[in-house]
Amino acid sequence: MTSPLHNKAAIAGIGLTGFSKKSGVSELALAAQCVKAACDDAGLDPGKIDGLVSYTLDSSDEIEVARAVGAGDLKLFSKINYGGGAAVGTILQAVMAVATGVAENVVCYRAMNGRSGQRMGQGVSGNIISSDLIHWSWYMPYGMLTPGSWIAMIANKYMHRYGVTAEDLGRVAISQRHYAQSNPRSFFHGKPLTMEDYLASKMIAEPLRLYDFCQETDGGCAILITSTEHARDLKQKPAVIRGVVQASTRGQEQMTSYYRDELDSLPEMELAARLVYEQSGLGPDDIQAACLYDAFTSEVIMQLESFGFCGPGEGKDLVREGALDINGRLPNNTHGGLLSEAYIHGMNNIAEGARLVRGTSTSQPSNVEHVLVSSGVGVPTGALILGPD
Amino acid sequence: MAPSFRMKPPMGEDNGWWWQAAAEGKLAIQRCTGCNTLRHPPRPMCGECHSMEWDSVVSSGRGTLSSFTVLHHPQFPGFDYPLIIILVELEEGTRFTSQLVNCAPEQVAFDMPVEMLIQEDPDGFRLPVFQPAEGSHQ
Repeated sequence: MTSPLHNKAAIAGIGLTGFSKKSGVSELALAAQCVKAACDDAGLDPGKIDGLVSYTLDSSDEIEVARAVGAGDLKLFSKINYGGGAAVGTILQAVMAVATGVAENVVCYRAMNGRSGQRMGQGVSGNIISSDLIHWSWYMPYGMLTPGSWIAMIANKYMHRYGVTAEDLGRVAISQRHYAQSNPRSFFHGKPLTMEDYLASKMIAEPLRLYDFCQETDGGCAILITSTEHARDLKQKPAVIRGVVQASTRGQEQMTSYYRDELDSLPEMELAARLVYEQSGLGPDDIQAACLYDAFTSEVIMQLESFGFCGPGEGKDLVREGALDINGRLPNNTHGGLLSEAYIHGMNNIAEGARLVRGTSTSQPSNVEHVLVSSGVGVPTGALILGPD
Repeated sequence: MAPSFRMKPPMGEDNGWWWQAAAEGKLAIQRCTGCNTLRHPPRPMCGECHSMEWDSVVSSGRGTLSSFTVLHHPQFPGFDYPLIIILVELEEGTRFTSQLVNCAPEQVAFDMPVEMLIQEDPDGFRLPVFQPAEGSHQ
């Protein structure tokens, strides 16, 4: 049975602010700028926005953004939980609304002073007892306070099980850093990375070094979703949504799923793969490029397996063959990704997915038809497949 | 020396009892009294039989390392670095996230046998940590 969401909606506009380590403006200012930029990209009056979706972590509420950009009547406002796991989830909200007629022009946004303001690695604390805080209570008193510490436990197990080396992680970092050299928006534009640099970088949370970590960034990114039909009348070539799904599995925790059977794979990403392939009617052989969520290098290698580009334990082999590079099997994060462009919680990876379908990436591989984009790793997540009209 | 005050766990109805047991020197594991399934971290309902009735057993404190990481940076007050964080597969079958002490970072290994001890901080806070099991030094 064809999914009611398949091909019904498209990315019609993408909008970015500048990326920096200190924006000097409020997060609401960044949100308003990127939402307006997404409308400008599409040639749509922001007054026509009737839906806004963001992350629970975002400090700019929908109505604040709506007033700032002069949006009119809103028929959809929603926020998705679980950090970077929310990225594709925001798109799912928008697509469901557009496909059912609930709303017509929905903008998904994430705007953050991720370096100069609240940093993701700053740790968790608080006085209000919630189920989420009790979850973190099992880690805080032991000093596990940062995303790197939570991810390292799984990365170490996975690397031990399959013989993945530091050089393999380095290959992911170097491949994406290489793409960043063509992308002036990238933090690391003009700063290439060698294996020697990578291996010499500071150990943070074994086995993860400094360059296995993404960039803390100030910036915003917005994605305008509308019906495929409406998108045809707007300025840009539509990036049609073949499939979009959220996924969380039994025993799921936020970042610390240490108590289920699987410690060396990503069950929620395997679910996202199965669901998004079902909805799109496509499989790994139909995907020519990807933006696999890359808060950490190890996550990219593991996802090659989750999405069926190879078997369990074979992700490292694909990476060694240069699969992620521009002439490889699966050019990945051709903008530089969260590792080298900016860390806008995965929203900027969705923007690159749309560019790859438009043919406007700063490192455009030849013959891209379908692009796979995923959300956060180690959290409730999601996946998205884009293609041409 | 690092300052003595580590970050304390937020405590509510679903986890406060566990930290009370830890303060008494015990590594507790929640047990469903409906179907006897052990579960950790604790939660109010059994995912197997949906009973909300539970008690707890005291772990032997023995287990092996399922995984680990050695933390170097960032360094938070109240912890000594490099800080070895471990995921222990307890004899009882549940897993527990903790810290490894009395072990050099380069000596940590997968599947290494470990045993629990209670660490008491200078401010009196007590929590279960682990050390290499006696006779397991390589």
